[in-house]
Amino acid sequence: MNSLELQQLHKSYGTLSAVHDVSLNLPAGSRTVIVGPSGSGKTTLLRMIAGFEFPDRGRISLNGQVLADEQGALPAHQRLIGYVPQDGALFPHMNVAANIGFGLPGKMAAKQTRIDELLDMVALDRAMGTRWPHELSGGQQQRVALARALAQRPRLMLLDEPFSALDTGLRASMRKAVARLLADAGITTILVTHDQAEALSFADQLAVMRQGRLVQSGTPLELYRHPRDAQTALFLGDALMLPARLEQGLAHCDLGPLPIADPGRQGAAQIMLRPEQLQWSAGIVQSGAAPGCAGVVKDWDFAGNHCTLSVAITTVDGRQQLLPVPAAGLQAPAPGSRVWISISGQAHVLPGS
Amino acid sequence: MAEPLSQAEGIDGAARLPALRLLQRRRARASTPWLLGAALLVSLLALVPLGFVVAVSIQTGWAGIAELVLRPRVAELLFNTLLLLLLTLPLCVLLGVALAWLTERSDLPGRRAWSLLAVAPMAVPAFVHSYAWVSLLPALHGLPAAVLVSVIAYCPFVYLPVAATLRRLDPALEDVAQSLGLRPRAQFLRVVLPQLRLAIAGGALLVGLHLLAEYGLYAMIRFDTFTTAIYDQFQSTYNGPAANMLAGVLVVCCLLLLSAESACRGQARYARVGSGSPRAQPLQVLSGTGRCAGLLLVGLSSALALGVPLLTLGNWLLAGGSEAWQVPELLPSLGQTLELACLGALLTTCAAFPLAWLSIRAPGRLLRLLESANYIASSLPGIVVALALVTVTVRYARPIYQTSLTVLLAYGLMFLPRALVSLRAGIAQAPVELENIARSLGRTPFQALWRVTLRLVAPGAAAGAALVFLAISNELTATLLLAPNGTRTLASAFWARTSEIDYAAAAPYALLMILISLPLTGLLYHQSRRTAGR
Repeated sequence: MNSLELQQLHKSYGTLSAVHDVSLNLPAGSRTVIVGPSGSGKTTLLRMIAGFEFPDRGRISLNGQVLADEQGALPAHQRLIGYVPQDGALFPHMNVAANIGFGLPGKMAAKQTRIDELLDMVALDRAMGTRWPHELSGGQQQRVALARALAQRPRLMLLDEPFSALDTGLRASMRKAVARLLADAGITTILVTHDQAEALSFADQLAVMRQGRLVQSGTPLELYRHPRDAQTALFLGDALMLPARLEQGLAHCDLGPLPIADPGRQGAAQIMLRPEQLQWSAGIVQSGAAPGCAGVVKDWDFAGNHCTLSVAITTVDGRQQLLPVPAAGLQAPAPGSRVWISISGQAHVLPGS
Repeated sequence: MAEPLSQAEGIDGAARLPALRLLQRRRARASTPWLLGAALLVSLLALVPLGFVVAVSIQTGWAGIAELVLRPRVAELLFNTLLLLLLTLPLCVLLGVALAWLTERSDLPGRRAWSLLAVAPMAVPAFVHSYAWVSLLPALHGLPAAVLVSVIAYCPFVYLPVAATLRRLDPALEDVAQSLGLRPRAQFLRVVLPQLRLAIAGGALLVGLHLLAEYGLYAMIRFDTFTTAIYDQFQSTYNGPAANMLAGVLVVCCLLLLSAESACRGQARYARVGSGSPRAQPLQVLSGTGRCAGLLLVGLSSALALGVPLLTLGNWLLAGGSEAWQVPELLPSLGQTLELACLGALLTTCAAFPLAWLSIRAPGRLLRLLESANYIASSLPGIVVALALVTVTVRYARPIYQTSLTVLLAYGLMFLPRALVSLRAGIAQAPVELENIARSLGRTPFQALWRVTLRLVAPGAAAGAALVFLAISNELTATLLLAPNGTRTLASAFWARTSEIDYAAAAPYALLMILISLPLTGLLYHQSRRTAGR
């Protein structure tokens, strides 16, 4: 069953179109990540779902209830949608307990049990309740903000880049903890981010936005393997784009003939490979086996547990081209070595190319 | 562990939907025009004094203006005013910067106490300073006396911003200068002083505007400025074109001063580049002679700025004995002062609210224009505001002529920016995001405003109201011109007593004014330290 449905949403500020014709369905209990560069309209989309902004056209509905359409909109305070912004936005004039209990009805004493429960849930000490927001670290502030949003048992949870203010190590562990917590609670969640690694690891469903449009949506693996265009491919990770000629299920390119998924396509096209599809082996020419070509290591970029080789190959028309080839840091060949580059898996033909 | 969502909540929400659906969108847009209207109205009122000067000039015509302005008397006043500015401003800046450096950046013994003493003269109204000096040295008069008392009374206006900026400077810049081979003196001149430029220019502007606007201080030591001349003219001819034209020249002086300051400020922005919290600043270790000279300077300036008023006041209080306190007018004038100051502070803060709110929540070109209109209007001397209100109320609003309402209006026009600055800071403390969060947690827009935003704005509003209160309780010029018959504030009663040379009878009024001002001066001092991050 779909929990949240967005239908042809439009929103513009003056002449600037912030969100253009966005439609998306979110299954109940799923985790959807909206990813895109800054200014792509993803935060505007989130704020429309929360009820802080209203769409010019289109329709938002949650569990079958219309939240906003052309006729009007349900105000934010009646939507029962949790919202955690980038910096946590804790109320500076209230302590942690009062912040968490803000949305709960009744007197402070009556709320205490529920507040303690929520503190446990986000793995904060119960004694934290009497602390003030400015006494907390960034990660603790985010946990409090999450507990505050969870307090009213929201039907939907919106997270607006909640991990971006944290440092790298903390970010990954917070992301895992939050994902587990929300999955356990069965709350449908939308996370907005511009960090592709965060997007790929958090999402059940990934939606890529660019310039106000929803470019592509699907599972993270699906989008990583089969991006719609070069920009999306590069946004989600390193990628190698090559011109190719398609013929009978093979793409003929500088790396030799590579298998493709759709044997029906013919003619010139752009193909994409992920660097991890390239493997090197020392100097032995394996013609006839896996597709590949010979090259010379020009340079290597050592980064401890892994390293990237720059391998020069000679293209069909006689130019030199550099390929990034991943290698294990300890066994990487020295610059100047002759290597054989083989390609595993299928090449992805970019649609519309 | 959160429980699974109950289906009932969704259904409940759906049931509430139809009735409330259209409300939200209308309300979100409706509040802005109303606020904008209020802000426009306040700004139009603020432009009344300036409009008055322009209108009167047009009415008088070129020939009239030439006749009234090109007189030896005006030249003399202009010369006096210019000399006063040229002598007082550099002295104020020098003393203010020296005191700020000694109390903030050197290891002067007792520097915290000295910094408090450097701000304390603000609690003494300027005309009480000159009362103290005149009764100590009756022969004191003319330009030297004017410069002496002005420097003493207005130096804190330079000291406060300069000290706050010095505290905020990133010591890393001085470290870099040192590593580039600069000696301490060159470090101060080439790295520290340029960064103090904005603070010095702002403080000097404030001092300059006070020099132009002050009446009581100069009247008491018999030094003629435009303001005293306008006042005398007004007393003798009531509302003659002569007074109006003098006011016109005074306004031109103010505007020149404003543009000089803005030219000096230029496009400079001294923001700290980079992130991370700055290290604590190292203190300059003073040599033996340096320490003696420093102590001498802070000691002498405190003795002159605080010792003299307190000593003379104490003398007069002793001389007057308990009889001076038993006059029947004392309590009513305290009551009237408190009443006017409270009402004025409340009204001015309320009037500043729409402008402050919009300038943070819906900034734009129009708002910036309105804000600067208010700043310019309030930089006009009280005597011009009073003159304008007398004329306008007599001609167009007779019923409010000589009522408390007109006095309050004058206070509002003069002191609105004080409330505006604090309110703006308070509203900026309450980002709209917090209100959004409150709404996402199920609070109605009004509840969100009340429980989150207004709570956060309250300290700023209170500080703004306190500043206006302080200004009103010491205001003399406009009160003298506008107060209805029978209204005697502490300041105007004090003035009446000193005009009769009854210095002993005036002393209790002066003491009360200082006592009212003291806590608020403390607040100002505290606030300037807090904005500096400590």
